[in-house]
Amino acid sequence: MPAIVAENLVRKFGEFTAVDGVSFTVQSGEVFGFLGPNGSGKTTVIKMLTGILPLTAGRGMVDGIDVSVDPDSVKQRIGYMSQKFSLYDDLTVLENLRFYAHIYGLRGKDADRKIEETMQRNAIEPYKTRLAGKLSGGWKQRLALGCAMMHGPKILFLDEPTAGIDPVARRKLWDLLFELSGQGITFFVTTHYMDEAERCSHLAYIYYGKLIADGTPDTLRQIPDVSPAGTHRFEIVTRDVTTALRRARTLPFMRSATIFGRSIHALMDDTISESELQSELDKVGVHADEIRPLMPDLEDVFVELTYRRQAELEGSRASA
Amino acid sequence: MTQSTFVETPRESLVGSQSDAARKASGAAPSVAWSNNPFRGFRAIFYKESIHLRRDSMAIMFALLVPIVEMIILGAAIDTNVRQVRTVVYDESGLMEHARDVEGSQSSRALLDRFRSSDTFKIYKYVNSDDELTHEMVAGRAKVGLKIPYDFDRQLLRGQSAQVMVLVDGSDSSVAGQTLNVASAIGLDESLRRMLPEGKQPAIDIRPKIMFNPDSRSPNFFLPGLMTVLLLFVTTMLTAFSIVREKERGTLEQLFVTPVRPLGLMMGKIMPYFGLAMIEMLMILAFMRFAFQVPMHGNVLLLLLLAMCYMFTHLSLGMLISSKANSQNEAMQRSMGIMLPSIFLSGYIFPLDNMPWIFYLMSFFVPATYMMQISRGIILRAAGFQDLWINAAALLVMGLGALTLAARNFKKMIV
Repeated sequence: MPAIVAENLVRKFGEFTAVDGVSFTVQSGEVFGFLGPNGSGKTTVIKMLTGILPLTAGRGMVDGIDVSVDPDSVKQRIGYMSQKFSLYDDLTVLENLRFYAHIYGLRGKDADRKIEETMQRNAIEPYKTRLAGKLSGGWKQRLALGCAMMHGPKILFLDEPTAGIDPVARRKLWDLLFELSGQGITFFVTTHYMDEAERCSHLAYIYYGKLIADGTPDTLRQIPDVSPAGTHRFEIVTRDVTTALRRARTLPFMRSATIFGRSIHALMDDTISESELQSELDKVGVHADEIRPLMPDLEDVFVELTYRRQAELEGSRASA
Repeated sequence: MTQSTFVETPRESLVGSQSDAARKASGAAPSVAWSNNPFRGFRAIFYKESIHLRRDSMAIMFALLVPIVEMIILGAAIDTNVRQVRTVVYDESGLMEHARDVEGSQSSRALLDRFRSSDTFKIYKYVNSDDELTHEMVAGRAKVGLKIPYDFDRQLLRGQSAQVMVLVDGSDSSVAGQTLNVASAIGLDESLRRMLPEGKQPAIDIRPKIMFNPDSRSPNFFLPGLMTVLLLFVTTMLTAFSIVREKERGTLEQLFVTPVRPLGLMMGKIMPYFGLAMIEMLMILAFMRFAFQVPMHGNVLLLLLLAMCYMFTHLSLGMLISSKANSQNEAMQRSMGIMLPSIFLSGYIFPLDNMPWIFYLMSFFVPATYMMQISRGIILRAAGFQDLWINAAALLVMGLGALTLAARNFKKMIV
């Protein structure tokens, strides 16, 4: 049984359609990365699947339960951690954990055992008498995750769990997610970090309420829209990337070009070879220190899909 | 990076405990009774909220320190009874007959002695012209100016009406009213004495007695009302803040993803503040009785019982505010919208009977109006349940209305 099934989810706020027919399936034990720009409907989808927000249309099944029919049972089976690590700053670590144990109906010895377990697992025992507000970002995040997992949920929704966390804590969190997913726990994670997206076993990309990509990182890289037939990609390393970009874009065979650090990722007709590209660039006054063929990375994929979708939207608006 | 794990505990034990947890996950709901409980989550919220309250020094100060300070100000410093009003006198009557250093005539001095002994007036200065008299009044040094004309004695001797001018500063209406009354009474009394034969008593002798507050002590009047107003802060404002703070921090959203029910959330939030309000009230009552010597004529238990209705109404209003407001600022403003009418339209300071009909009508929608009746009724008049139940009923109706609206707003948020 899949952990999460979204069938044609629709959510309208008045006239505005925030989520427009979104469908996907998340299998048990997957780390599902849900990506998209801010305001594209990510949080709305999470709210619908966690039973906070009613669906305008469609169906959401979480752990085999229909969220519209029995949101209470869904809430009992899932854990949720918001981007703000919603902890109570004036409560200690232990008091925060105890509160979540109580709210999920754990009592007495059961509660004590779960709290002890959670503190062990997240290594927060030494801080148990410290106020949550006095913890650093990484520790807050461990505590928040501990609170969200207090009742042993099989499915966890993490809304930008690594926003504002240092790289080491970020890496450690992801290691833990994979460890837990190995034990059959499913993760629904939103993020803006591409390196995190690369680590997900399943990705979906939402843009203005519509799902425009869904698959493993590898299948997404091979989407024909991203790498259309008759094109290939090069990375061009050069000095003055901004000027180089402007000039490279004037070349007739160039399909698209974007700056990545000190280099340009360029998509062009595959009739152009590496050496031809070199001489064409020379003609417009760009000296390439290095040119090498490139597989599209996920950022390329999302940027490309976003451009295409934007062009579609503008086209439909123009014709309307 | 190799095998960097999130945890420092040994891998085996970690895996063991987790799979254990995963196995139990589907049966995480502890019992059927628990999952059908409409107050689900109450205990957890109550536990957490009590800790918040204990650590919130502002709330404690609001509940326990502010009342004491306010009681001291209103109970000890303010006396609405008018005494020793600064009075300036221009006595023209003696000027023609005596040397300048002897003020007034014999009969004018007798009259002024009556004024002096009334305890209402305090003559602090004699002046020698109308200008000076007016100037003392304008400068605010005198609240009352007495002018006895030059023919005062002559008129009295002829058996004609002798005039005395009494100027009263109207910028303080309670002082003006009371001094005028006393001045008229002195005039009337003095006239009667001159008209009646020696040893004869007036035909009608009015013997007033002020019931319930025989000495007209201000604390007796103010403190029972002040208690009503003070209870507002803890009940309305602090409860409203407690939910709005969670909205601001984003923890409310987190709560909605847990199986907590609207009633459990609301009651868990209300009860600690209800407890605090009870402690505050007991403290105010003790202060009132023992520090300010306000008598307790009625039944304290009845007062506490009826006060619970009042607290319930305002806790519900606090909930209603917090279900609408999105920031502490907004909650503060909305709370003020409740507090100001409670102070001005409840009979606490201004008597309701004198108000224009529109404000009089509005006072019926102010919960504090009913509590004012209850607290003054029980404390000062020893009123019983049969006299006051209607007030409690009005409070309960308003409280239930507010709570229903609040619950509806929260349902919209929680599903």
